[in-house]
Amino acid sequence: MTTTAPAPDTVPATPVRRQKPARTNRNARSRRGISGWTVLILLAGAAALMIFPFWLALINAFKPSTEYIADGPIGIPTQLDFTAIIDFWVGVNFNQKLLNSVILSGSVALIAATLSLLSAFAIGIGRLKGRVWILAVFMLAFTIPQEALVYPLFVLSRELNLYDSLLGVTIILAVLQSAFGTYMLASVLGSFPMEVLEAARLDGASRFQILRLIVLPLTRSTLAVLVTFFFIWTWNDFFLPLVLLPSASNQTVSVSLGALSGQYTSDPTALAAASMAGILPA
Amino acid sequence: MTAVTPAPPAPTSRKSPRTTGTPRRTARETSRGYWIYLLPGAVGFIAIVAIPFGMNLYYSLTSWRGVGTPKFVGLDNYIRLVADPAFWASFLHSGAFIVAMAVIPTALGVFLAAVLFDYIAPKFGTRAASILRAMFYLPQILPIVVAGVLWKWLYQPQYGILNTVLDGVGLGGLRQNWLGDADTSMLAVMNVLIWLQIGYTVVVFMAGLSRVDPALYEAAEIDGAGWFQRFWSITIPQLRPEIAVVLITTSVAALKVFAPIYVLTRGGPGTSTIVPAYFSYSNFFTTTQVGYGAAVASLLALLVTIIAIVLLRYQTRNAEGFEK
Repeated sequence: MTTTAPAPDTVPATPVRRQKPARTNRNARSRRGISGWTVLILLAGAAALMIFPFWLALINAFKPSTEYIADGPIGIPTQLDFTAIIDFWVGVNFNQKLLNSVILSGSVALIAATLSLLSAFAIGIGRLKGRVWILAVFMLAFTIPQEALVYPLFVLSRELNLYDSLLGVTIILAVLQSAFGTYMLASVLGSFPMEVLEAARLDGASRFQILRLIVLPLTRSTLAVLVTFFFIWTWNDFFLPLVLLPSASNQTVSVSLGALSGQYTSDPTALAAASMAGILPA
Repeated sequence: MTAVTPAPPAPTSRKSPRTTGTPRRTARETSRGYWIYLLPGAVGFIAIVAIPFGMNLYYSLTSWRGVGTPKFVGLDNYIRLVADPAFWASFLHSGAFIVAMAVIPTALGVFLAAVLFDYIAPKFGTRAASILRAMFYLPQILPIVVAGVLWKWLYQPQYGILNTVLDGVGLGGLRQNWLGDADTSMLAVMNVLIWLQIGYTVVVFMAGLSRVDPALYEAAEIDGAGWFQRFWSITIPQLRPEIAVVLITTSVAALKVFAPIYVLTRGGPGTSTIVPAYFSYSNFFTTTQVGYGAAVASLLALLVTIIAIVLLRYQTRNAEGFEK
């Protein structure tokens, strides 16, 4: 007990981690030396270079453009100036884009998670015949490049009056993303304790009751992870929203920023402000 | 308690008529009713993936401007593709992006993860290592489009940061129109993608290293193995599964890359940064050569599917190895 006692107050984690403080004490601190510090400084320099673009965006988004022209991009602004951000925000009606992105990402996440649960329930609990093949086909939906689907989807959605509507894009993205969710949930449900299901069946539970009262509560944490993934993926998705949501009032945050990159190049701080606005919700 | 005790006899009586048949029949009977739960997913898949993909294959055999009726031309589009330098350029650039998104980030990621895990963490504590890891990971939280906008601004020829800094340190002669010049545009885009991807590989490989038995490292250290010896003989062999999965998934992502190209260069100048995804997009919606674009997209889908199948086979083989 006494040997393991120091471990918990450093890192309360896996046994793998617990070994590390011991090593640190044994030989490392005494051997940091010049080479150790050199490596640390080099690495910290590399890491600083990685986040340098964020820093530049941050300081320049709030810098008056006159000061940018006079002092260049590196200097820290002497005053906080919100004009660039406000100009961008109002200019592209960013509130509208945020609302669109929230609606689209939220509904895609919920619908895709529901679809995933239903399909995975059939495959994982129902043990359908040929389920390995069914899963493989579903995975095609996830790996196939969207370029190979986009023109037919463009044609079909125009015929069904779903072109340039959030509803159409919601359905398409929900189906595409549920493929991944089905794959993940099916493997979780495949190892579901069969005795529990057997017991429920013997008690006369219908399939829907099994789904709602047993499977749903026990997979809640996986579903929460999936909903988060789907939300982020949809938020960041660019290609299909770009093609299927042409009008400004339907655009998402990603699409509006992408479309903007061609304009505004005359004002030096506008793009910094735009990228800050894109970073903030993340 | 009293409510539960009577229960057991009832199920057995209800179960007995079923078990008179073979157990296999029972299982089939129960699984039949589950098909209905597959219905929404299957309908969605057919409507959103199967039918459109079939239509795309059909378009690729036609000459069509997007209006009117497509004219069937057989394999003409594919024959034209083989002779089109832009097509070969786009797949060549895919190769370059596999280097930028898969090969370089994996190599750097393994190295950085090993330095953080086997050098910084023991000498300066896990806290220093995890702060550095978080800094490397930061670009990954950005939506790709935002990263594109950010870098477009950094590369901007007149007032962009890169050129301003070069001026400031007296290297004004190195000023470039980074994205606008065919000589530098490819490298400029690759640089952005490396910047984006490193965080992903570092985090995956550090997670992989934490599952390696630390006794391996300790034993090697006691035997007098230097850091590079430990790197070659322990870190790389131990990380082999992660390296394979990361290489394959990032290669697939590199083949599909679209948003960074759209935001940064639109494939230009000329065709110097064109990729298959953007090439088919511009055929669809800019030059409206739908059949031609569909042919490009079909070939891309074929390539990606082959790689994905390799990935799935590899993963199932690995999973089987785990069970044994």
